[in-house]
Amino acid sequence: MIDISGLRKTYLMGEELVAALDGVDLHIDRGEHLAVVGPSGSGKSTLMNIVGGLDRPDAGTYLFEGEAVADFDDDELADFRNRRIGFVFQSFQLLPRLTALQNVELPMIYCGVDKAERRARAAAMLERVGLGTRTGHRPNQLSGGQQQRVAIARALSNNPDLLLADEPTGALYTATTIEMLKLFEELNAEGLTLIVVTHEQEVAERARRRVSFRDGRIVSDERRAA
Amino acid sequence: MIRRGDLAGFAIGAIIAHPMRSALTALGVVIGVAAVVMMTSIGLGAQQRVTSAISGLGSNLIVVMPNFGGPQPGGGVARQAAGSALTLTDDDAQAIAAQVQGVAAVAPSVRGQVQVVSDGANWNTRIEGVTPPYLVARDLVVASGRMFDDAEARQGKKVAVIGQTVVDQLFPNADPLGQRIRVGDVPFEVIGVLASKGQSGFGQDQDDIVLGPLEAVRSRIVGRRVRGNSVQTIYVKAADADQLDTVQEDVTNLLRDRHHLREGEDNDFSVQNLASILAASQATVQTFTILLAAVAAVSLVVGGVGIMNIMLVAVTERTREIGLRMAVGARRTDVLYQFALEAVTLSLAGGILGLLIGVGGALLMAKLGGWPVAIAGWAAPVALGFSMLVGLGFGAYPAWRAAQLDPIEALRRE
Repeated sequence: MIDISGLRKTYLMGEELVAALDGVDLHIDRGEHLAVVGPSGSGKSTLMNIVGGLDRPDAGTYLFEGEAVADFDDDELADFRNRRIGFVFQSFQLLPRLTALQNVELPMIYCGVDKAERRARAAAMLERVGLGTRTGHRPNQLSGGQQQRVAIARALSNNPDLLLADEPTGALYTATTIEMLKLFEELNAEGLTLIVVTHEQEVAERARRRVSFRDGRIVSDERRAA
Repeated sequence: MIRRGDLAGFAIGAIIAHPMRSALTALGVVIGVAAVVMMTSIGLGAQQRVTSAISGLGSNLIVVMPNFGGPQPGGGVARQAAGSALTLTDDDAQAIAAQVQGVAAVAPSVRGQVQVVSDGANWNTRIEGVTPPYLVARDLVVASGRMFDDAEARQGKKVAVIGQTVVDQLFPNADPLGQRIRVGDVPFEVIGVLASKGQSGFGQDQDDIVLGPLEAVRSRIVGRRVRGNSVQTIYVKAADADQLDTVQEDVTNLLRDRHHLREGEDNDFSVQNLASILAASQATVQTFTILLAAVAAVSLVVGGVGIMNIMLVAVTERTREIGLRMAVGARRTDVLYQFALEAVTLSLAGGILGLLIGVGGALLMAKLGGWPVAIAGWAAPVALGFSMLVGLGFGAYPAWRAAQLDPIEALRRE
């Protein structure tokens, strides 16, 4: 599904050029459950941004289902993020003014799904993540775990090909973390491709494949028998 | 593609999320639009009142006045003060009546400001010394009693026809007919009362007047300024509107002839018909209206700056929201339209409220202050159109800033 080769990205930090990605090759198949680990500044977030279509590489190729995402213009990238990718962030990134249901509706609004259908789909998605009774709550009326479930429901609402989770459990308690990982495993079992960026050992251990980054390069790529 | 209704929903949702702030943001536009609507209403009202006032002077009327403006030996101003510059006389009036075709009435007149006293009641008013055709020329009617006749006017009999305001001031509880009044130091007998004409557009009470015979008023009341058989104004009423221009021309030629003016020499009098006076006055009022509206429009622009300011704050505050929207698939144009629409909606809401307040305020001024007010039919579309433009103009930059944000940076912002 994803074919990355020779990916490079440099940033200007102050006066110094920092190579966030220094020649990365990576192949990911549909249905994989992948953990990306590494110290901060190792380039894993940069990779996620590029894979998710939020950023463009300086050099190298990135093919998603055979399409050269690196060549997309801004609008094509927006549509790519809208239909192909679901993002889950460490800080949930829910809009505080909106109810859980409205938050989940948001990606569908940007591809023009009509109101009745997106309501129904959003409600079903919240039901799926176990929040069927909280659709009318606003983020500040929900616990951290519940908020992250809303964010996952939002990420899934447009039936993406790939779920990108950046430190999804970083702001959660241990018990909630375990619930969240269970949910991820279920979703992966249903066929969803999953990439999780994490610091946490127990989160990485759940994945069937672990890719480690250091200084902008992949230093190990281990698979675990299912 | 996002649906338009959903974009509007975002804009309205953001506005009602902060009702107080939104109200204050729109306030500038509210005030601006209200001010523009009120000012144009006042201007239009004044214009209408000027029109009715000038037409109220009398229909088909030509006004002949001595001209002090032209170069005159001895200096115009000094001679005006001495009263010797009055170049029009009774004889001019009589000549016009006798020789110009198509004239319905010719009325020479002198006037002054006097103190009128009756039985201790005391009133400062305008006096005009006239002849009977004056009533015809000025479209006036005697409501009770009678007008003095030609003989009385010529002999300088001391009789007076007074306006309703003078009646109210001097004879609040009595029949004024037959009563004696003192005009300055001169006793007059009241023989008639004029039908009320109401206020003129210049705020002048047209009923606040005393009419006396030309001769008596000239020699006894305003004599210090008007000597001999001079007059200050000759009113000429044309028989009908079609003849107005020819009458005006004939009067001019006759007077030039009578005053022995050579070819190329300036008139020592002015002949104006009401249509041209009306046009001139309306132009003046219009200039003032535009001036007032322009000043009011400045506040509309200030309102626009207020919207821009708050929208810039909103973009900064909602950076994370913008980043998230982009991450879940908002195109840059979607973000641009969302914020532009928010500004336009705020501004338009302010415009609608301002329109209501402006119309309400204008009506209130008409009711309480007695201002002449007329609300133009175009006030609503223009006010709303302008407030939309203000929203668009001043919302464009903040919206553009929002659309240019980098989603990664935006999501990271606290």
